[in-house]
Amino acid sequence: MPRLLLMVALLVLTAAPAIAETVAFTHAHVITVSGDEIVDATLIVENGRIKAVGPADKTKVPRDATVIDATGKTIMPGLVDTHSHIGGFRAADNSSPIQPGVRILDAVNVFDSGYRRAVAGGLTTLNVMPGSGFLSSGQTIYLKMRGITGGAVRPEDIAYLDRNGRVMGGLKMANGTNSMRKPPFPGTRGKSAFLVREKFIAAQEYMAKIEAADGDADKLPPRDLDLETMAEVLRRERVVHHHTHRADDVMTILRLKEEFGFDVVLHHVSEGWKVAEAIAEAEIPCSIIAVDSPGGKHEAIELRFETGAVMAEAGVLIAYHTDDWITDCRLFLRMAAFGMRGGLDRRTALESLTINGAKMLGLEDRIGTLEKGKDADFIILDGDPFSVYTQVLETWVEGRRVFDRSNPEDLLHAEGGQGVGRDQVPFLCCAGQGGES
Amino acid sequence: MKQLLILFMLLAAGAQAQVAIKGGVVHTMDGPAITDGVVVVTDGRIAAVGPATEVDIPVGYRVLEAAVVTPGLIDAHSTVGLSGIYNVPADQDMLDNGGPVQPELRAVDAYNPVEALVDWIRSFGVTTVHTGHAPGVPVSGQTMIVKTRGTIVSEAVVNEAVAVAATFTPPSFRLRGPDTPASTRAKTVAMLRQELIKAREYARKHAEFDGEGSPPARNLRAETMARVLDGDLALMITAHKVRDITNALRLADEFELRLWLDGAGEAHQLLPAIKAAGVPVLLHPTMTRAFGSTESVSMTTAAQLAEAGIPFALQSGYEAYVPKTRVVLFEAAVAAGHGLGFEAALAAITSEAAKVLGIADRVGSLTVGKDGDLALYDGDPFEYTSHCTGVVIEGEVVSEIVR
Repeated sequence: MPRLLLMVALLVLTAAPAIAETVAFTHAHVITVSGDEIVDATLIVENGRIKAVGPADKTKVPRDATVIDATGKTIMPGLVDTHSHIGGFRAADNSSPIQPGVRILDAVNVFDSGYRRAVAGGLTTLNVMPGSGFLSSGQTIYLKMRGITGGAVRPEDIAYLDRNGRVMGGLKMANGTNSMRKPPFPGTRGKSAFLVREKFIAAQEYMAKIEAADGDADKLPPRDLDLETMAEVLRRERVVHHHTHRADDVMTILRLKEEFGFDVVLHHVSEGWKVAEAIAEAEIPCSIIAVDSPGGKHEAIELRFETGAVMAEAGVLIAYHTDDWITDCRLFLRMAAFGMRGGLDRRTALESLTINGAKMLGLEDRIGTLEKGKDADFIILDGDPFSVYTQVLETWVEGRRVFDRSNPEDLLHAEGGQGVGRDQVPFLCCAGQGGES
Repeated sequence: MKQLLILFMLLAAGAQAQVAIKGGVVHTMDGPAITDGVVVVTDGRIAAVGPATEVDIPVGYRVLEAAVVTPGLIDAHSTVGLSGIYNVPADQDMLDNGGPVQPELRAVDAYNPVEALVDWIRSFGVTTVHTGHAPGVPVSGQTMIVKTRGTIVSEAVVNEAVAVAATFTPPSFRLRGPDTPASTRAKTVAMLRQELIKAREYARKHAEFDGEGSPPARNLRAETMARVLDGDLALMITAHKVRDITNALRLADEFELRLWLDGAGEAHQLLPAIKAAGVPVLLHPTMTRAFGSTESVSMTTAAQLAEAGIPFALQSGYEAYVPKTRVVLFEAAVAAGHGLGFEAALAAITSEAAKVLGIADRVGSLTVGKDGDLALYDGDPFEYTSHCTGVVIEGEVVSEIVR
């Protein structure tokens, strides 16, 4: 009986505040990202969506709303991490270099404590991807940090679903050295591109057969999960998230895109600053990483803080990512701040953590800015988002608080402490891979 | 003609060694910060420090200006110069596969002063580094202290041997480490105790040699461990878990060693014991990834050590992949934002680091007579969006990159 009581108590606690409740945050510094920053703003949340946001003197607080005084605090959209490995990093196995039919969906552990770290850092949307030691290591998944402190059990519980109720995600691909290994993996860049071209051609032929069958089940080719996924890519129903570092590797992707036609987001793009104009011309968005030092692998020795600024200047849509574990998701704000250190303007820096990532995931209608009708995913900070002295105080997803720094357990995930990383498995893709990392 | 050119260059270099640095705020780390301060460096040493109204800049000095001026930063533990940017066998000299206990390996024989990562950390204001053989095997070799300058190692060296590097905690990354026979904690401690006992015998034999007959044969391993027993070299033990830290303290107590506790991921569980032992801590990078031996690291441990009054310094540590090196400025910044605060965080990479490493007579504060090592910033050095705008080592402007 006491146990039952405890469970009821827990349910009540974790459910608060109720989703139907109207909550008004008043007198906050609000960074909507869609418009100018508002120094004294009101944000109203209802039914998991943003009901209103605007200057305090022009935004009426509903009579039944729970009012939270946010004086001295900054509110901005929940952060969108376009490249993460939290809770799942292996999809393909080592049997072959291209395995697009394999899904990270089947590998994600929603109980991974990394998600608690993610919300401590203000992340509300993650593109969780399998690693880069493959030309294609499988399908990625777009996750929403709802219910990760209780309630979520299956990846589907936290996944974004498309209009047809299908789990959303892209296709992870990679070039450069990570995917160069012993046969059957490619040993050179030329072989890497050849294998990818061969697969795309197979997918074209697969699509042609399906079209020729014209609905006749007897004439349909046998279902092939790899080619089916590649066909989705060729039909532009699934975006390619492409790991790449060196400028020549970037140009190889542009060449393949030109030949086959597909939507692609370039990830890491360490030498993107060398070919920013070409990337801009091809209208390819880039998700960038900034790490504390260049190198660690041959193809990242010319990684620079200036990459974001140079590419944004050229007209490339840019976002940042954590690549957690490569960098810590609790410090994602620092990533765009480093972009600013390298010359990026504040506005683009803010966009690069929110709406630009949302665009790369095709979620810009739902998240990425604080605008009426969008999901109520936002974070509350105790200072400027780009200051080292600022902490994320609260993270809200769909109108529910999923991180509260004043809660000791949440604080433990935010700061670290005894035993908190016990379930964590190191994933530094390709580190120590035959000394050719 | 050529000789004349060389003479001219020498003169120019000499003239360049006379430099004055004006700062909107000068954090001397030896007394309160000075608003509108000036630091005069003559012949490589600090000749004067004070408010601009009181300190005259001698005629002919090169003058640098910055919003914020600090002492050159000290990285209390790194492997840069032994571990290189490419991360391929050709540039990784921080761990040798020859055996589990090799204190005889000298850092001075492995350090590459023109390594790109040395330039990288220097461009953020790091002027002094404690670097050498890496954690990962029971005893990996010696460590040394260098300035981030020079093209040959002798131009960089401050002290060519300061510690022997030992590891008591199962290494987090066994990427290039040998398949060591010391696969358990107890075996690691046993091996080290045995080496220390051998060294004691060795030292006794050599001390007793009366000059008659042939002297006892030299053994570089025992010789090095004898220096550890003497306290001439510190024993730096990388230990994260409570058990490992406890083992390190026990060993130091048994042999009366000068211990530097390195890493210390669970130091927050043992604050009274560490304080009682009077052992300084070279604390793990603030942003260390939490898993395995480091599962309990906290970004607040630095603040907890400060609160407990335990002497400590911050470090960039050893990284096996990306990033190939951390930057101690960034590690201090995150610690500053997690309870340590500006002053104590800056001390942990300047004055306190110098004390812990035993080099406070030369570096760590802007004090008359100390080395003219300074870092210049266009704002709070810890803010992500600030830049380091200049670096001076012993009066020489070694970096003017804005980064």
